[in-house]
Amino acid sequence: MITGSDGRSAVDAAVSTVFREEAGRLTAALVRYLNDFDLAEDLVQEALVEALEHWPATGIPDNPGAWLFTTARRKALERLRRAANYDRKLSLLVASQLDEVQTESDNRLQLIFTCCHPALSRESQVALTLRAVIGLTTAEFASAFLVSEATVAQRIIRAKQKIVKAAIPYQVPASVEIAERLNEVLAVLYLAFNEGHLSSSTETGERRNLAEDALWLTNLLVRLMPDEPEPVGLVVLMRLQLARASTRFDSTGRLVLLQDQDRHRWDHQAIAEASALLLKVAKLGLPGPYQIQAAIAACHAEATSFETTDWEQIFLLYERLLTYWPTAVVRLNRAIALQYLAGPAAALAEVDVLTDSLRNYHLLHATRAQLLRALGRETEAHEADQRALRLASNPAERALIEGRLNLSAAD
Amino acid sequence: MKYMMLIAADPAFGTRPDAEQADLSNRIGTWWNDYAQKGRIVGGHQLQSAHTATTVKVKAGKAEVADGPVYLTDGPFNEAKETVGGYGILDVANLDEALAIVKSWPGNNNFEIRPVIERG
Repeated sequence: MITGSDGRSAVDAAVSTVFREEAGRLTAALVRYLNDFDLAEDLVQEALVEALEHWPATGIPDNPGAWLFTTARRKALERLRRAANYDRKLSLLVASQLDEVQTESDNRLQLIFTCCHPALSRESQVALTLRAVIGLTTAEFASAFLVSEATVAQRIIRAKQKIVKAAIPYQVPASVEIAERLNEVLAVLYLAFNEGHLSSSTETGERRNLAEDALWLTNLLVRLMPDEPEPVGLVVLMRLQLARASTRFDSTGRLVLLQDQDRHRWDHQAIAEASALLLKVAKLGLPGPYQIQAAIAACHAEATSFETTDWEQIFLLYERLLTYWPTAVVRLNRAIALQYLAGPAAALAEVDVLTDSLRNYHLLHATRAQLLRALGRETEAHEADQRALRLASNPAERALIEGRLNLSAAD
Repeated sequence: MKYMMLIAADPAFGTRPDAEQADLSNRIGTWWNDYAQKGRIVGGHQLQSAHTATTVKVKAGKAEVADGPVYLTDGPFNEAKETVGGYGILDVANLDEALAIVKSWPGNNNFEIRPVIERG
């Protein structure tokens, strides 16, 4: 089996690429044709599962879209046979051809916005979007997000039930709503990206590369909404993170902090391209939270060393980000930047203000631990790291904190 | 599509100066009548304050009567428990239309919007 650099087989990678391209298109086309989101989504998912069973052995068909459609149609026929009542929708589908069903060039924007509706929980948004738009199966999602398949299946069912029962409309939002709704979509995509990015895929041996999928989906969004700068901001942010990916994990699969990463091994070509893209979109003069986050990432990516990082610029960017997102988490990140401008005591004072609202956030405690350590308050630092460990769920982050605890316990 | 719009009482309302309270009540009244005239709000009432409420817990044929309201939330910080201040019935095409209406509410309140089961 040929293995790519991210640990997946060539076949898996090829199948993933096809699913990305075809799943969303087919779902969107079927929703439009059947006027039934729930049914369309189910049929496509069944077709994808069948593709996963056959394609690794038989190879990817020449026209995968047509193969998936034919399979979805066959599944519709099977349902018709089982249904007690005559279902006109399904019978229409069974009788139709693919080109009849694909009425427009790209309906995926409606699909994306519906799956990311704010009335759905973030977890539901992520599950539904990845499933409906890029064809991630229940099993793949469960594996990537470290939850059981049953949990994912239940989440999907309830989300689709809500869409139907609460009459969440299947449409691109009105222009007054776009900025707010787009923010939801970008949050979903960034969350999916971070999930994928935070796992060392050599360990997980995933069939799908979730970070890559999220980037692909964000690029699709850029194509579908060419006048919006924020999706471009997110693309830049993702590309900058990916440019540093080779140094994120050490040979044992443990997370490496930014200050310890070997910057020579960063993809400086990719960084330069991403930064250029950010500059270009900044000229539109329509700033937003994702462009700001991208600018922060660019500050880090362009610094030749941790010590020469432009912390003042980063601090100012966090100030700007706060005007969009006045949240405790953003204030925490600003406090981290403050450490390098005004020292750990000033930063700790800032962080301590946030301990009530962020008491269940592992990164708050991990940050306090680092600051306390810098101030020589070892015992308190150790306690803070222990609290962080109790709250951290991601295995890579846990290993990092455990490493620090072991080091300080050895003193 | 019909939705119930459940309005949680604003605990700070009573602390505002009388003139402000009167002004806000007027604006809410106008807002309500506006949508009622358009047929978007098809029912509902403001309720008397929570302390006038009576709770009844019914279980397995037994009923327990007590003073006070049902609390809506246990809030993340267990500070202010919310009570029902009023309700409305919306008649609109879909959830986004319901949301657009509620977003234009003049006061500071938390809302729950839930689809109604219509039985013919």
